[in-house]
Amino acid sequence: MLSSPYIAEQSSVSIIMLKVLAALVPGIAVYVWLFGPAILVTLTLASVTALVLETIAVRLRGWPAKPFLMDGSALVTAWLLALSLPPIAPWWLIVVGTFFAIVVAKHLYGGLGNNLFNPAMVGYAVLIISFPVQMTQWSAPLSLAGAHLSLLDSAQYIFTGILPDGLKLDAISSATPLDTLRTQLQLEHTVREITRLPIFGNLGGTGGEAVVLMFLLGGLYLWLARIITWHIPAAFIAGLWITGGLFHISDPDRYISPWFHLATGGVMLGAFFIATDPVTGATTPRGKLIFGAGIGILTYLIRTLGGYPDGVAFAVLLMNIMVPLIDAYTQPKVYGHKQKEPAE
Amino acid sequence: MSQYRDIIVNGLWKQNPGVVQLLGLCPLLGISNSVVNAVGLGLATTMVMTFSNGSISAIRNLVSHEIRIPVFILIIAALVTVIDMAMNAFIHPLYLVLGIFVPLIVTNCIVLARTDSFAAKNPVLPSMLDGMMMGLGLTMVITLLGALREVVGKGTLFSGLDLAFGPAARAFVIHVVPDYKGFLLAILPPGAFFGLGLLVALRNWWDLRSKKRAAQHLPAGLAQGVN
Repeated sequence: MLSSPYIAEQSSVSIIMLKVLAALVPGIAVYVWLFGPAILVTLTLASVTALVLETIAVRLRGWPAKPFLMDGSALVTAWLLALSLPPIAPWWLIVVGTFFAIVVAKHLYGGLGNNLFNPAMVGYAVLIISFPVQMTQWSAPLSLAGAHLSLLDSAQYIFTGILPDGLKLDAISSATPLDTLRTQLQLEHTVREITRLPIFGNLGGTGGEAVVLMFLLGGLYLWLARIITWHIPAAFIAGLWITGGLFHISDPDRYISPWFHLATGGVMLGAFFIATDPVTGATTPRGKLIFGAGIGILTYLIRTLGGYPDGVAFAVLLMNIMVPLIDAYTQPKVYGHKQKEPAE
Repeated sequence: MSQYRDIIVNGLWKQNPGVVQLLGLCPLLGISNSVVNAVGLGLATTMVMTFSNGSISAIRNLVSHEIRIPVFILIIAALVTVIDMAMNAFIHPLYLVLGIFVPLIVTNCIVLARTDSFAAKNPVLPSMLDGMMMGLGLTMVITLLGALREVVGKGTLFSGLDLAFGPAARAFVIHVVPDYKGFLLAILPPGAFFGLGLLVALRNWWDLRSKKRAAQHLPAGLAQGVN
């Protein structure tokens, strides 16, 4: 006879991390289909670097390496970082970013479970601050690019910086929709004119919107598999959409529709995969709502009023700082206790 | 003589203001983005500390306990003004680079800390030595940090030497990594925090290691007392 509690399966860190990786696969597949295979090279390089650095860091701390490598958290960090970087970024950019993610943000802060800041986003922030030029060389969608890079050509370009004969970087790279929007707005064009440019798709960017949709579906799978709760993604998306909507209503020529913001950049990846990190995010239900909404609002403000192309990373890091405060003020009341002691 | 030796060892190593006391961090973090800046500000601080410790020690019996802090600050401020004007006159280009950080030596807590904790209780000569050694200890750390940040951030060493010694000194700039793209983070303020953190860790690791070694050489009964 069975008696309570009825636990259907044993949940462990490695199973959770494996499911997270699986949820990223459809997004990556569409990414390869629409932008070329370069992202596979970046993902592999980041994964190998992350595992090597994780091994070294764990060994230095005098712990056995195997259980830490098997938990898969280094792989998740590597994949999230690689997916935030331009797919044709030079190899050293990925190595430096992974180093800051795994060694500085994770192990110097005490390892998995003790890190204050989301490792992948620390890696991204270091890179965007230090190497702004390399961080803005994005692959053009294949439907718009003048030339296609094969897997081998991509690897050669990433590792040596040499393109196949007669090919210019301009033919395979392009500004992202967010970058285009920013530069065109500075040239006093209206949103209506800008969105006619070919890089803009139906809702977000050409190609990019399909990848974003896949990340959304992957995120919904994580929710259905009960790996994440709905609070953070929903609050993130609502915060971004409502702030964007208010700006859009106030001046539609200057502020693009909030749907565009949802469908571009790192929003879906950030909402379902990055902000939901159980270590660096808020843990109470109400806290998660505040945490998510804060990221959404900050993302919009940084994108629209700030100087960086995408605001998700900085928004996540800023809200990471707030987590202890948020958690302290949103403790749910214990059943049977009154919220406040009655005044005497 | 052992008293003087203690003062020197304390200032440079045991009580090093940069990596042990963690005092005077504002200029340490603010100006340590190149070796030349670091040495310039470090030496200016050393001068101020030597003379402020000396002069405050000389009047220590005349100042009543309750009003000592304002009196100390006034003396320090006067000395800083002298250094400030001297740098303005003799090494003007470097003075322009260091900017607000030279007058800010007044507010640097390591200066006040040494006057209050050492000069106010000790005779003139040891006090001056203490100020100088603490200043040199700080200069050492700030220079190391400056070198670290400059090499990682710009791939050079001693860039800006011409600011102190005229255009001819430009030939002495060392390009450690030729054709370096630059790692902006090391030059920006976060780089200072990362760098200082690493230096503090390095020193703690060194201390721990030498303690362990000392313990190994002691008989088993004594070893526990050391740790």
